[in-house]
Amino acid sequence: MPKLKIDNVEIEVAPGTSILQAAEMLGHEVPRFCFHDKLSVPANCRMCLVEVKPGPPKPQASCALSCADNMEVFTDSPMVKKARKGVMEMLLINHPLDCPICDQGGECDLQDQAVGFGFDRSRYYESKRAVKDKNLGPLIKTVMTRCIQCTRCVRFADEVAGTAELGMMNRGEESEIGTFIEKTITTELSGNLIDVCPVGALTSKPYAFQARPWELKKTETIDVHDAVGANIRVDARGNEVMRILPRLNEDVNEEWIDDRTRFAYDGLKRQRLDRPYIRDDKTGRLRPASWDEAFAAVTAKINKSKNVAAFAGPLADAESMVALKDLIGTNLECRTDGTQYDVSSRAGYLFNSTIAGIEEADAILLVGTNPRFEAAMVNARIHKTWRNRRTKIGVVGEQHNLTYPTTYIGSGPSSLEDLVKGKGAFADVLANAKKPIIIIGMGAFKRADGAAVQSLCRELAEKFNAGFNVLHTAASRVAALDIGFVSDKLNVEHMDVVYLLGVDDRETLDRIDPKAFVIYQGHHGDAGAMRADVILPGSAYTEKNGLYVNIEGRVQAAKQAVWAPGEAREDWKIIRALSGYLGRALPYDDLAQLRTRIVKQWSHFGQVDTIVPAEWKKFGGAGKVEAQPFTSPIDNFYITNVITRASLTMAKCAETAAENAARHLEAAE
Amino acid sequence: MALDNIARSFLLTEIVQGMALTFKYMFKPRVTINYPYEKGPISPRFRGEHALRRYPNGEERCIACKLCEAICPALAITIEAEPRDDGSRRTTRYDIDMTKCIYCGLCAEACPVDAIVEGPNFEFATETREELFYNKDRLLANGDRWEAQIAANLAKDAPYR
Repeated sequence: MPKLKIDNVEIEVAPGTSILQAAEMLGHEVPRFCFHDKLSVPANCRMCLVEVKPGPPKPQASCALSCADNMEVFTDSPMVKKARKGVMEMLLINHPLDCPICDQGGECDLQDQAVGFGFDRSRYYESKRAVKDKNLGPLIKTVMTRCIQCTRCVRFADEVAGTAELGMMNRGEESEIGTFIEKTITTELSGNLIDVCPVGALTSKPYAFQARPWELKKTETIDVHDAVGANIRVDARGNEVMRILPRLNEDVNEEWIDDRTRFAYDGLKRQRLDRPYIRDDKTGRLRPASWDEAFAAVTAKINKSKNVAAFAGPLADAESMVALKDLIGTNLECRTDGTQYDVSSRAGYLFNSTIAGIEEADAILLVGTNPRFEAAMVNARIHKTWRNRRTKIGVVGEQHNLTYPTTYIGSGPSSLEDLVKGKGAFADVLANAKKPIIIIGMGAFKRADGAAVQSLCRELAEKFNAGFNVLHTAASRVAALDIGFVSDKLNVEHMDVVYLLGVDDRETLDRIDPKAFVIYQGHHGDAGAMRADVILPGSAYTEKNGLYVNIEGRVQAAKQAVWAPGEAREDWKIIRALSGYLGRALPYDDLAQLRTRIVKQWSHFGQVDTIVPAEWKKFGGAGKVEAQPFTSPIDNFYITNVITRASLTMAKCAETAAENAARHLEAAE
Repeated sequence: MALDNIARSFLLTEIVQGMALTFKYMFKPRVTINYPYEKGPISPRFRGEHALRRYPNGEERCIACKLCEAICPALAITIEAEPRDDGSRRTTRYDIDMTKCIYCGLCAEACPVDAIVEGPNFEFATETREELFYNKDRLLANGDRWEAQIAANLAKDAPYR
């Protein structure tokens, strides 16, 4: 353990800690541009210079110098200040003075440091450098003249996204960041390039010139576009979501989010249901109605009917599902995407190894999943694991470009059976691994024999002592399963009244009896609202306080950032109000009472941000496993739910992705 | 004492003194002006009605940096921006609530391109409140109308800035 002095304060740090990190621990801020906690250390911006004794009489880059015994470091001496001022002057030689029109203005590292180390006039009278802007697709706006060549974006693309698409070309004055050949960025984590860029060279295209950081109200909340539950910050101005940024959570999303999470927010402003609707008996069309009329219509139908079923869609919060369960009682289902699996044991549907636990795995088996599309943050974690440990990764199911090399084992359940029997090369890899994990996607369960596939995977996990991990795609799913929003045999076809809580999946809608009375409660006018006889306008995830449980079983609280449009209300309140109309009022009047009721029955909902591990029990279904291959549940990363379907940005992304794929095919031919 | 008072009353000394003062002022220059036909001098730094200026080629100066909105102590300025068709940063909305404004001049001081200025006009009283909610068109029109004087004032003040 090296012991050293930083600004005359003694500190002992773990071996390998850089001086910059040690100074940070003491609360001494060292300015930096190129250094980033999660990326490799190139030491090319030279802003973090410090004075180190003993050593050569010149300043040293603190990000790249490890702490050693008896070092004396000065982060604020006259020598250091002079060196940093020099570096800053050099950086500003070619940096344009366009802060007023730059979107990074107000949250720019260079701007901040220039206040501390800049000089108020220039000594440079030659002509400035100008660099041609690059087209990086519909999400990232480039002003390459602003680039200070810190190479954070290059390293991010290489090391985290796993698509080495960016690079530094040429040398000296000519050097510039580019994509080598003229093409757009294909990684689904591209939005993070905007965050890592310390200046305004890479900024958000949809957010361009929309707002300044100081006028935004920041709300720390949870994402619902996939089941990972990435921690996000919603920046709103007035009642409008202006942008979405990641929040640091080492256990879930580190400090990245995928493009769908970051850019689909414009879908929250379009196609919204802002008032109740009732289908007119005569014209057969939906007409606007008041809450009173809508509730009266629903009450009349539910009171007359015996067969009432309720479905909970992918974006529902735990509170509204509990309220709906309390109201409807039986005939509940949350697996609206047509998947089949046994839910008797919690371990049977959780990501038991945890997302951070992936990093400890030395062999990974992917079954019927394309994690890059289904949970980009999980894929980034697998990529990180592969980068650090060269983990062997096997694939059963469709083959995709997952950003890391994989071993293809087979396309269907027969390959799993072979693995259980210990046949094949990958069985040896699993057998020799100390901490193997199996990740099972919805593709493996989206079939009639899904429960049998689940037992097969359990046998496999038990045989190799591997972690059993189910990768859900819907943010609401684990919470719904935890509260038991499921029925074993639900005959949707025989239901007279169907209550849809944000269900727009064709797999469910197509099975509903055409004569059935359908109540749709949700926030977007999409497939579910088209089929509905009564529409009750609810709130999107940015508009309500709610609990979500992610794939690991981690309960996380989403917070309200803006208000729902028009007459739309928070979802649990709608169900509570309806219960009054039905004459069986639910026993809670505010969110606190409802949460108390949830925690009383399911205590883990009281432990927000922690994982309550599931007990390992026997689970899975019996029966024969069919031979048909596993398919991927998501074929278009950008368009997966009602919000993304309403988003223009996502539509543009999907278009660009399709163009890129077509060009790729052309090149291959 | 009584005699003194009687003498003052009968000799009208106070009236004479007063009339003397009046008479004296008859030969001095006038201090009053015939407003609104005549106007007093105002400083080049006078902070009157706001205006948004243009460049000589007709391009609006404002680049929607929102510094004026940020610094405004009365929160009188509201700006919305988006990329114009040519990709440049421009406002789609630039409102000043002249009833909130305290005429401190910080917006003009914060402006990096001298777009928003407080011009020499102080005669913009209106009959209704609504007329004092200025929008971008109104402010640009003000700029066009007062540009000559505003430019002259800025030039006069330039050595001290």
